Parts: sequence; structure tokens; C-alpha cells
Amino acid sequence: MRKDYNLEKRKYVICGFIIAIAVIYIIRLYSLQIDNDKYKEYADSNAFLKKTIYPSRGLIYDRNGELIVYNQPAYDIMIIPRDVQDFDTIDFCRTLEIQPNELKKRFRDMKNRSINPGYSSYTPQRLISHLSVEDYGKLQEKLYRYPGFFIQKRILREYNHHAAANVLGNIREVNSTDIKNNDYYQPGDYCGDLGVEKSYEKYLRGKKGIEILIRDARGRIQGRYENGAKDIAPISGKDLKLSIDIELQKYAESLMSNKIGAVVAIEPSTGEILAFVSSPTYDPSLLVGRNRGKNYKELTKNKYKPLFDRALMGAYPPGSTFKPGQGLILLQENIISLGSSYPCYNGYISGGLRVGCHGHSSPIALKPALETSCNAYFCWGFKAMIDKKSKYGSSAKAFEVWKNHLVSMGFGYPLGIDLNSEGRGFIPNAKWYNSVYGENRWSANTIISVSIGQGEILATPLQIANLCATIANGGWFITPHIVKEISDTIMPEDLLKKRGTTIDSNHYNAVAEGMRMAVTGGTCKRANLKDIEVCGKTGTAQNPRGRDHSAFMGFAPYKNPKIAVCVYVENAGFGATYGVPIGSLIIEKYLTDSISNERKSMELQMLKSNTIINSGVTKH
Amino acid sequence: MESQSTKQSLIRNLDWTTIILYATMIIAGVISIYAASYDYDNASMFSFDEFSGKQIRWIGLSFILGLVILLIDSRLYETYAYPIYIGMILLLIITIFIAPNIKGSHSWIVLGPMSLQPAEFAKFATALALAKLFNAYNFTIKGNNQNFFKAITIIFIPIVLILAQNETGSALVYLSLFFVLYREGMSGLILFAALLAIVIFVVAIKFSETIILGIPSGEFYIYILLIAIMNLMLAFYCKKYNIARQITICITISAIIIYILTLFNLKINGTIYFISAIAISILYCLFELFKYKSNKILITIATIILSISFLFSVNYVFDNVLEPHQQQRIKVALGIEEDLRGAGYNVNQSKIAIGSGGFAGKGFLNGTQTKLKYVPEQHTDFIFCTIGEEEGFIGTSIVTMLFLALILRIIKIAERQPTTFGRVYSYCVACYLIFHFCINIGMVIGLCPVIGIPLPFFSYGGSSLWGFTILLFILLRIDASRRYHLSH
Repeated sequence: MRKDYNLEKRKYVICGFIIAIAVIYIIRLYSLQIDNDKYKEYADSNAFLKKTIYPSRGLIYDRNGELIVYNQPAYDIMIIPRDVQDFDTIDFCRTLEIQPNELKKRFRDMKNRSINPGYSSYTPQRLISHLSVEDYGKLQEKLYRYPGFFIQKRILREYNHHAAANVLGNIREVNSTDIKNNDYYQPGDYCGDLGVEKSYEKYLRGKKGIEILIRDARGRIQGRYENGAKDIAPISGKDLKLSIDIELQKYAESLMSNKIGAVVAIEPSTGEILAFVSSPTYDPSLLVGRNRGKNYKELTKNKYKPLFDRALMGAYPPGSTFKPGQGLILLQENIISLGSSYPCYNGYISGGLRVGCHGHSSPIALKPALETSCNAYFCWGFKAMIDKKSKYGSSAKAFEVWKNHLVSMGFGYPLGIDLNSEGRGFIPNAKWYNSVYGENRWSANTIISVSIGQGEILATPLQIANLCATIANGGWFITPHIVKEISDTIMPEDLLKKRGTTIDSNHYNAVAEGMRMAVTGGTCKRANLKDIEVCGKTGTAQNPRGRDHSAFMGFAPYKNPKIAVCVYVENAGFGATYGVPIGSLIIEKYLTDSISNERKSMELQMLKSNTIINSGVTKH
Repeated sequence: MESQSTKQSLIRNLDWTTIILYATMIIAGVISIYAASYDYDNASMFSFDEFSGKQIRWIGLSFILGLVILLIDSRLYETYAYPIYIGMILLLIITIFIAPNIKGSHSWIVLGPMSLQPAEFAKFATALALAKLFNAYNFTIKGNNQNFFKAITIIFIPIVLILAQNETGSALVYLSLFFVLYREGMSGLILFAALLAIVIFVVAIKFSETIILGIPSGEFYIYILLIAIMNLMLAFYCKKYNIARQITICITISAIIIYILTLFNLKINGTIYFISAIAISILYCLFELFKYKSNKILITIATIILSISFLFSVNYVFDNVLEPHQQQRIKVALGIEEDLRGAGYNVNQSKIAIGSGGFAGKGFLNGTQTKLKYVPEQHTDFIFCTIGEEEGFIGTSIVTMLFLALILRIIKIAERQPTTFGRVYSYCVACYLIFHFCINIGMVIGLCPVIGIPLPFFSYGGSSLWGFTILLFILLRIDASRRYHLSH
């Protein structure tokens, strides 16, 4: 038995070594497990495939319940970049019939964070969108060859009626600005663009859901996490019922074919828009699917600007359609009475100024002036008001009163229609004239052309139609709107409220009567229907680009009006030539559902005629 | 009557602490194996189709094995140590030729329904042989090269044979027996030199990308380290010659000179500076060496010179001899480069699994990474991941502490053995465990290169379990009869 005590001390070295190792390992474990959350995230992105489930987008119906817009499935190729391995790109491109260069570009774009700010190699990224069903089928068979790839089902829009593109709008993929401004969107999501698709996006899109799938190391899906208990079910978008009558819309669009301009038809008692035409228009299905980008580009390049909604944003001189409003102001301000009259000798002549007119009896009172669309009457009335210093103190103050009446009738500012980017037209105020002519350096004659809806005055077709609806109602209107109902949702109150004007309602009757006389014996004779009492007012607006614009506003029936319409055809000449026939055809179609035989030739003439050639837009 | 009393004293003398630790780890192991192989179409833990069920069968057999070992007279192990060793060596040789090729390794003998790995059983045979060698009267390896060579031979025969089976990991385990040699008198300088070589290798390669003083920062750190070692060795190891202070003064003065030169924008190459500083110190030491004729000063000088030559050869071999893919593998192993698809995949996934466990874990059978097979070999070499993911930091630290406790307990047992045979054998057991523990857990948590060896008692596999059971129960049996030896 021999014990070397010197050597026995070495056990401390060995024990010390193993204790040191154990301590190092525990510190390491602490830093891995407690001090660091990134491994938890990595583990989750390993194991959980969070699949977005897209809700079905709300459907769109017309006022009669006719389905206009519905959904069709489309397929997007998604990849999780981290999981993608080298694959046979040639075969991939051949299957989808795309060029290898395009595939390369798509990979590049996907990884470019300025184009795709949400890029992460751990989360699903969209590589190619909008596969057709056939391509989807071909790829699905080969998908096992492409690890990291999967196919996501999406919805696209499909149109039952190829009309009302400006009203419906379309959907597009969100861009980086959308994502930045709204947390809801992720790259590859769709959102509404233009029309109700945009303005009712929040209702239509519904709410995305999430399905959490469990994925093993080879990328195989092993089932749903906790049997779907943590999944979030998508909420379908709400359906919209438009106030548009799709048949009327289509009819109005066909009447406006080969013309530039707009038609707005409103149900006066509700403010519901029955037809909302901007011409030239386009087929909404052009902006669906893979060719959307290409078609969109072509539409933006089109010299007639079909994407520009003239009914909503166009700013036109209202011309004589402005005269009923003018009459209302003069009556309200006691400048004229129904019995008082002004002389007209083929025009308004005052202070070396002459505004031409056409032959009719003279002197003339308000109603016949409306009937014959007498320029002189409204010039005299305007001059009497603006230059009435005894009442207003100055022309500027009188003009402000005049302007405020117009604003109360819906001019000068957006009406608040439920579409985005509504135009406001233009009604100058006294300050504006002061800056142009200098303070007290202008009077009624300086700006006399505004009295007949020319000069600086600009209005949108919607505003003109709204004036017509207000007259039809006898002094009030409801904000014109496109959407009648949202499923399971109460409509915003702003769209249902009656809005008054600063004009007493009894004055409206006189103006309506004048407009009735214009149809029975005046400028709107072509609108005179056999069974329906139509009221109307023509407009022939001078403009710096080519022929006069042809305008018409009218409503019917005279008692208990059901439709108020504004037609505006650019560079088409007299209001009576195009505005009146088109407007009256729309009224007749809406109220009787047909066109009487004796008016068929007029209908045909309107359908066939082409005024686009007279437009200021030159061919290249 | 006598056998009755022997049995009673055997039960009384068994080290129950070790047995409880062993049983705890085995039970925890089988539960972990069940969790590791559990997936969404799960079967019962006890089903023989499952790894856990099979492991339970291995465990049952190893209890029988343990019992048989306890019933054999402890003196027989000493008596038959060499025949057992020679028998195992023969088995290892046979294995090379008859074993089927399993992923390039020829280490498994297939016996009907089960396969065994002789390399695991050679562990106890080698331990017995080493113990028997040291037990010889007046045997010492201290200052006796012939005896040292004998011991080395016993260790290296199985290493070479297992390497020939292409089981590098299992072969390296035997290197841990150098700790035993150290305990029994081998110079600590050998361990020290090995440690220093590893440090120089790792530091030189790991920090080769950044530059300090015009040389790679790894080289810079090593020079600093060597100067520190030189000073420490002179200060403590060669204490009585009292020359450390002069060396320190030399180097400090030269450092100040260098610093002043850099102020005048003179660029000094680090290599030149350090080599000259060290050379001056060594010259001074040589002078002292002739004066005192001290071995210790010689050893100090040799350590420094050999380290510097090793540093140069590491750099040369790495840059000029190794192929790029070999360089890459080393770099991945040292964590310089990340290679998440290839060599680094396992370790990365293993870190994710463990790291995602957090403090308390995801709960038994709730580990997603494990269930979804993100971690490779998770029921064998990477079993620790399952514990880390499902039981969290609590689980991993308890397992670490269990191993630490078992190893310390065995060292305690070793030190209380009355015979050299018992002590050397016990240290062998402790050293095997140390190696497996360090390498396996170190690899799983990304601190060691990936060397495929199992975590004892936890990893699935009959050979490993039986191998360690035999090692442990022979230890218990020898320990239980220590009083018998004392009374003689």
C-alpha cells in the first residue's frame, strides 16, 4: 500500500477542470435559453408556416339586385426564400411560359427592399401573381421539385357587365406607400383603385385571416397548430348595392360612345345616382389579372384619358344650364320678380359691351327667358344685382352674396359624393377678382359672362345634375351618392341627410316652370315626350378648344320627379343638338323602360354619331 | 451463511449515491428519447416499435447485466484484466472486417435482432488493463519512460483500431485517459502543452481576419499569452532563481520604446517586435540556465520556443497545405464562418431548439423543433436538444449538474480506493464520462466541433448504455469490496 500525497493533490486539478467546464456550459445555456429571444423566433419561423387566408371581397350589385362584380380564383406563386434550393429554372420557366430573364428580374425585385419593403427570407414572398387555372394545374404537379415554393389562392374580380368602369374602379396590388401608410397591408395584398373599390375599400376587403400550419424540417406540412385553435378566421368583405341602374348606365354609355363628356343621372328624392358616365370609358375587366399593368399603362397613355372620370372631376363651363340657378338668386335677392322683364335686342348691350342672343320677343320675363335661354335677361339681372350699391355697398359685397348662394346650391366645393377625388369646379370670389382687376376696379360688366355660366365659372357634371335635382325637389337635395346599401351596415348619415339651400323653396317652382316651358316650346323641344312631362335646360358653352360644348340638364316627371339628369358633350355644338336628345333618351329609357317608335331615329342618330373628331384632341 | 453475510455487506457497501444518479439519468434518458422520437402520429412510450420502447428493453437487460457484474467476485476483474483486454482487441480487429458498412463506419456487429458496437465495450477492457498495469508492485510512470510507453500502448491500440473502423469520435474518447496518467504521475507539462497547442491553434485561426500592429490579431494575442506564460513560469515554476522580474522589466521597457516609436509614426511590424522581445528574454534565460543548470528554466525556454514554432507551422499548414474546403470546415467548426446548409446546419438547428426552450421549456412533448425533426440525430447524439427545448434552462442545468455530480462522486470513490487497481480503474470511468459530457454537450450548444459521440445514459442506443453500465457496475463492485481489501 503506497500513497503519494503529492500526486493525490492532482485530483483537485481534474475536479477543477470538470467544474470549470460545467460552469462554462451553464453560462452558455443561460445565454442561449434565457438571455436571448432570437432563437425563439427562429424556432417559430422554422416550425410555423403562417399562411394568410384572404377573405372573399364583397360583391357589387346594382340598385335592382343585378350582380355586377364578383370574384374568381387566381393563383400566386409564393416562395420562402430561405427554403428555396437550386432548382431547374429552365423547366420552371417552360412550365409557366415565361422568359428566364423575367424570372431573374422577379427574384431581384422581390429582394429589393425599396420595391418590396417587407422582404424577409423567412416569410412567404410573392414571386409571380395571377396564374391562370391551367398554369396552376401544370405547376401543381411539379411543385414537389421546387422546395420552398407554394401556391396561394387569391381572388380576382370578374365583371358581369362590362360597363361603369369609372364607378366600380378595380383592384390592384398594394404599393410601398400603401404599406407604409396602413398597417393592414402586406406586400402582395390587393386594394381598391378608383371608384367604389377604392372609396369602400374598408367594407369590401373584409379582414384577412391567418392559418398556422406546422411544417417539418423537410418543409412538409404536418397539420395545423393546435388543431387550428390559434388560427384567425377571415371575415368576408361586405357586399355593396349600388344606386346605379346598370342597364341605364350601359344605355347612357352607348349613347355617349364616340363622344367625350359625361352623363350624371340622379334620383332627386334620395340623391341616389342612377347613372354616372364618363366618356370615353373602358372595359373594367381590362384591369384584372396578369395584363393589368400593361392595360393600365395603355389607358394612361390614351390621348382621350379614359381613366379621367369626367363626371366626377371634369371642370366645365356650365353655360346656359347655369341660368336656372342664376334666376333663383335674382328672385331670392328681389332683383327681379316674376312679372319684371328686361329688354333683349339680339343681345345685351351695355357700356360698349355686347353679349349676343338670338331672336325672340322683347322685353322678356324670367320664365320665357328660361324657355328661350335669353342671355340678355340674365346679364341685366346680374348687372342689376352686382351694381346695386344701395343694397350691398359695393360690387364686391354683392358678388360675395351671389357666390354664397351658389355655394349653398353645391357649386364651388366638392359635394361629398362617396367616391374619392371629387372635383370642385370653380366659383371665383370677390377677392379673386380683386387680385385680377384690383380692388373696386371691376363691376358687373367686367365679369358679365359669369351670369350665363361662362367666364371663370366651372362646374362638374355632378354639380350641374345636383342643381337639377335641387330644382326638381323644390329647394333641397341629398348628397349624391353611388352606394345604396352596404350589407349588414348602416349607411353613413351624411349620405342620407337633406341639405337645404339659401333660396326659398317657392322660387324653385317658377324656375321649374320655366324649364318646363323650355321643353314644351323652347330650346329643349326635342326632349318633349308624349306621356311624360319633362323639364329641361340646354347649355351651349363656349370654350377655348374647338367647338362649343353641348350640355343639357333636365328632370322628369315635372310633378313628382323621378330622375334628374345632366349631359355634357364636349365640342358637340348646340345644347339642343346632342345634350337634349341624349338627356331625354335617358329619361325616357329610365321612366318607360323603352324608347317610343317616333324617337327611334333620334336614338339611332345619337348611338351612331361621333363628336370625338371635333374635340380639341388632335390625332398624332 | 457466509454467502448470506457477503451479500448483506455487498448491499451495505454499494455506493448508493452513484446508483441513484445512474438510475435518475437512465429514466430521464428514456423519457427524453420518447419525447425526441414523438411526433404527430405518436405511439405509446412503451411500444417496442418506438425508440423509447426499445431503449426500455436495453435498460432492462442492463439491469440484469449490472446484477451479474455485482455478483462476480471483484478479484476476478483484476485477475482477468489482460485476457479481457486482449479479447476485446481481437474483437475490435474482427469487427473491422466483418462489420457492414453503415454510413462509412465499420463498427457494428450485427447479432440477430440487435447490433452492438465493440468500441463501447473496449472502454471497460482498456480501463481494466490500464488499472492492472499500474497495480504492479512498484510500478510508476514518473520518470520511467518504459512504463509510460507501456501505458500509452494500452491506450493507443484501441484508438488505432477504432479509427480503422472509421469511428473517429469513439476513438478520441480514449485520449481522455491521459488525465488518468496525469493523476498517476505523468508530468503535467504534457497536459499543459496539449492545452497550449489547442489554444494556439484555435486563437491563431479564429482571429486571423483582423490586424493589430500589422499582424493578425490572433498572432498578437498568442504573443501576449506566451509572454505572460513565460513570466508566470519564471515567477512560480522557477521561483527560486528569481529572474522573472528582470524579464518583465526587459519587456516593459521594449514596449515603452515601441510606443514612443509609434508616436513618431514609425510603423513597427508586430512580429519583429515580439520575436525580438522574446528572443532577448530567452537569451537572458539561457545565460541564467548556464549559471544554475536548471531543468525548469530549460523547460520554460523550450515551451516558448516550441509554441512559437507551432504557431508558425499552424499558419503555414493552414494557408499552404490545407485545401480550401478543409480550411472551410475548420472555420465552420470554430464559428468563424457560418454554413447553415452544410456543416453548420446541425449545430444551428440544435442551438435554435435549445435556445427556444427558454427558462422553463415548452413542456414535455411540446417541442416543435424536436417533433418536426429540425434537429438531426435528436434521439442519439443530439438528445440534449430535446431536453433543452422541452424542459428549458431548468432541465439543461439539472442534467449538467447530474453529470457533474456523478463525475465528482466517481473521483471521490476513486480516491478512497485502497488499491492502485481500484483507483486507476475508477479514474478511467470518470475520464470517459468527462470526455463524453464535455464533447457531447459542448457540440450541441455550439462550443465544440461536431464529434459524433453519445451523451451517456441519455442517448438512444444499447451499446453505449451497456458499455457505461458495465464500466459503472464494475466500479461499484470494486468499491463495495474495498473493506475486504482493507481487512487483509
